[in-house]
Amino acid sequence: MGRRKREPYVRLTQPLVREAGILRPASWDEALDRAAEGFRRNIEAGGPDAFGMFSCARATNEMNYVAQKFTRAVIGTNNVDSCNRTCHAPSVAGLAKVFDSGGGTSSYQEIEDADLIVLWGSNAREAHPIFFQHVLKAVNKGAKLYVVDPRLTSTAKWAHKWLRLNVGTDIPLANAIAREIIHSGLANRSFIERGTEGFEEFAASVEEWTLPVAELETGVPAELIRELAHAYARADRAQMSWTLGITEHHNGTDNVLSLINLSLLAGQVGRYGAGLNPLRGQNNVQGGGDMGAIPDRLPGFQDVEDPAVRRAFDAVWGSSIQPRKGWNLTQMLEAMERGDMTTVYIIGENPVQSEADCEHTIKRLSNLDHVVVQDIFLTKTAQLAHVVLPASAAWCETDGTFTNSERRVQRVRKAVNAPDGARDDIELLCELARRLGHDWHYDGAEQVWDEMRALSPMHRGMSYARLADLGGIQWPCPDEDSLEPSFLHARLWETDPVKRGRPAPFSVLRHSPPVDELSTEFPLRLTTGRRLDSYNTGVQSGGFESPMRRGETLDLCPQDALDLGVVADEMVQVSSRRGAIVAPVRIDEGLRPGLAFMTFHFPDEVDVNVITIEATDPVAGTAEYKAAAIRVDKLVNL
Amino acid sequence: MTIVDIGLPRRLVEFTLDGEQVTVPEGATILSACKDMPTLCYGDTLEPANACRVCMVEVEGSRTLVPSCSRKVEPGMVVNTDTERTRHSRRLVLELLGSATDLSTTPQVADWMADVGADPARFGPDAATVAQPAKVDNVLYVRDYSKCIMCYKCVDACGDQWQNTFAIAVAGRGFDAHISTEFSAPLPDSACVYCGNCIEVCPTGALSFRREYDKRAEGTWDESAQSATTTVCTFCGVGCNLTLHVQDNEIVKVTSPHESSVTHGNLCIKGRFGWQHVQNP
Repeated sequence: MGRRKREPYVRLTQPLVREAGILRPASWDEALDRAAEGFRRNIEAGGPDAFGMFSCARATNEMNYVAQKFTRAVIGTNNVDSCNRTCHAPSVAGLAKVFDSGGGTSSYQEIEDADLIVLWGSNAREAHPIFFQHVLKAVNKGAKLYVVDPRLTSTAKWAHKWLRLNVGTDIPLANAIAREIIHSGLANRSFIERGTEGFEEFAASVEEWTLPVAELETGVPAELIRELAHAYARADRAQMSWTLGITEHHNGTDNVLSLINLSLLAGQVGRYGAGLNPLRGQNNVQGGGDMGAIPDRLPGFQDVEDPAVRRAFDAVWGSSIQPRKGWNLTQMLEAMERGDMTTVYIIGENPVQSEADCEHTIKRLSNLDHVVVQDIFLTKTAQLAHVVLPASAAWCETDGTFTNSERRVQRVRKAVNAPDGARDDIELLCELARRLGHDWHYDGAEQVWDEMRALSPMHRGMSYARLADLGGIQWPCPDEDSLEPSFLHARLWETDPVKRGRPAPFSVLRHSPPVDELSTEFPLRLTTGRRLDSYNTGVQSGGFESPMRRGETLDLCPQDALDLGVVADEMVQVSSRRGAIVAPVRIDEGLRPGLAFMTFHFPDEVDVNVITIEATDPVAGTAEYKAAAIRVDKLVNL
Repeated sequence: MTIVDIGLPRRLVEFTLDGEQVTVPEGATILSACKDMPTLCYGDTLEPANACRVCMVEVEGSRTLVPSCSRKVEPGMVVNTDTERTRHSRRLVLELLGSATDLSTTPQVADWMADVGADPARFGPDAATVAQPAKVDNVLYVRDYSKCIMCYKCVDACGDQWQNTFAIAVAGRGFDAHISTEFSAPLPDSACVYCGNCIEVCPTGALSFRREYDKRAEGTWDESAQSATTTVCTFCGVGCNLTLHVQDNEIVKVTSPHESSVTHGNLCIKGRFGWQHVQNP
């Protein structure tokens, strides 16, 4: 049975405009004029909030800075967001709520120096392989590794202990660990009194999660829960890392907060080697948010609702930034459906294939009067556009910076020339700004960066020269003469309350099972994830051949396959309450009965997001990709 | 109680190197204090393997020559790197390596041979060699073991020092010892995950990227026309540093800086090979 293998995407080298329903080649002037004119038309008709910007977590900090500046200063709205919404927005929301800062708290070196590492909902061995090398350095030096995951992943196989929880029971597990820590007298009393607030209420809220109750709900043996609780609380330096197994739920922010609670309880944050680290999924998803390409923050993660902050930006930009948050990506999609948003500018994103319930996304984008897509490929999203602008590839065809999962800002350098006909993202934004009455020019990325760091205290000390000399710098870096410690939030340990600042609040959290309930009609739980040699919607990773790649499969445990009467490689129908797809079966011993797994790397062959659920986190707007209810049927009449 | 020892600051120790007083941190090797010491099996990101014997030096009071890559400096040590004894040793070592293996793609080795007057051909045409056809069994790597000097660096990089995949190990004994996958399986049937971290450390070109191998075969590989630019990988958020080797505006090879605190020279399959998408015309 052969895979339907699609041809790799080829680079866009000619602007396209839609005429009589089809995209035809156009000159740069015509395409840029049409793009600008469409924005103007829609803003005149519906006000600036009729515009939305999907900025790009793959592009440089500099491009993201200019894209959000375009949104706020040229268009006059805060409706700017990026695909961070589909992955780690809950991590940023959770960390910012507790610590006023949305970044991971430690460095990779500290992972190597930890005594205990907990990877929760993270298959780092495949999704973040070089991060996992730091984990293995620690393990080989004697650190203990605990992996919390519904699947026996290649990461879990390295664990000293694997906690196999039921999908969507992270909060009961975390709360039970918390209760065990408290009842065993292992809570870090001095840290709790000094650096936190809300402990009593939190302690009362986890009281119901006794070990036997938690075992029943999570499927993790009580003894294992107890062991992790004691190991985490007793470790000198414990690291808690998570990925999308925590965030891609309808209550992703609560899941993140449940892990933060544990760090506060045990005092495992704010010290060298102890910390909380979300592993970011895109090369610059951290930087995109730091640059203000999110609806509620200006560059430097500064609050858009703070008048003093806005004044500083308005003075430099000559703008008057809206005093309220814009819509996030999820809200923008809803506004499109209502008809409140009529035009979008999509830079390097592929929401048609990356959003949950993609048929719905296509319908919403098709509603719009004017869609401009700037990309290196004619993606499925670009095919819906009115104007398509060929861009350069950030990581090898432009200069700039990216910010990684340890908050390290590193130089990106142009190594090759973009193909003839493709142009730099920042240059294109300036072209459109000029057409909309703003005389923008930048002589290269460094000029953008210097403008940005003058406005962002946490980046101020990061000159390009310093970034090159030091192999990148972790934020915050407020001045050019010094470096901050590699970890955040040491202030919480200060004895002086003034230096300590705002205490970190515990969060009281309720268990909320996955929205897509299992039923007799849809009895299997489907969860999604990545494989080592592929990436997201496969637009990039499909470009190279991998001897390991096997395409999309529906992974089932041997027992489920037997019960369904299906065998490896057999094509089956996989349906959810939203749609149905056909995929070949693969047998995976690492799954338990009732749990199925698929990736989302091959949407042109098998579009898994036809069946995932769009139930979103109310705080961060991230969809519950990790928990759909499905049924599997044999194909008949083949 | 902590399990992992994160160490104390190191003291400095003083010793004599080729007649000069030199100070290095405690625990440093002799090699780390030398400039341009010839070596093949030493890897700046790996534990010393002590395999090639090219970097041998003379230490006063030591009966035998010592490998500078692994011997730690001790206070007051007197070390000579360029004596008749070290030159004689290096000449013979290079002659033995050069007669048995193909060193045509080993950087600098021709200079080292000229420097000590090594003549690998002196053992005659019947000298035993490891010559064998290159193994070309997948689209990403080539393994040309006629160039393999058995330095173990690939095994260490694949094993517990970095990648922890353990796809390769040493099989056989004596002259028949060789690097092998389990049961000599072709790479696609082995545990290999195509990170390329073995190729990153291979000193002789026995392991190479398919693109380089093909371009060499067609005569279009030209290192003098290549630029090397360090940037950041475009895939996940770990932020690995990539050095893109570009010839005629085309990426032909990807390495990673060994001094990078993120990668220490290691990458995964996506970073190492995932650049083709920008070049699909």
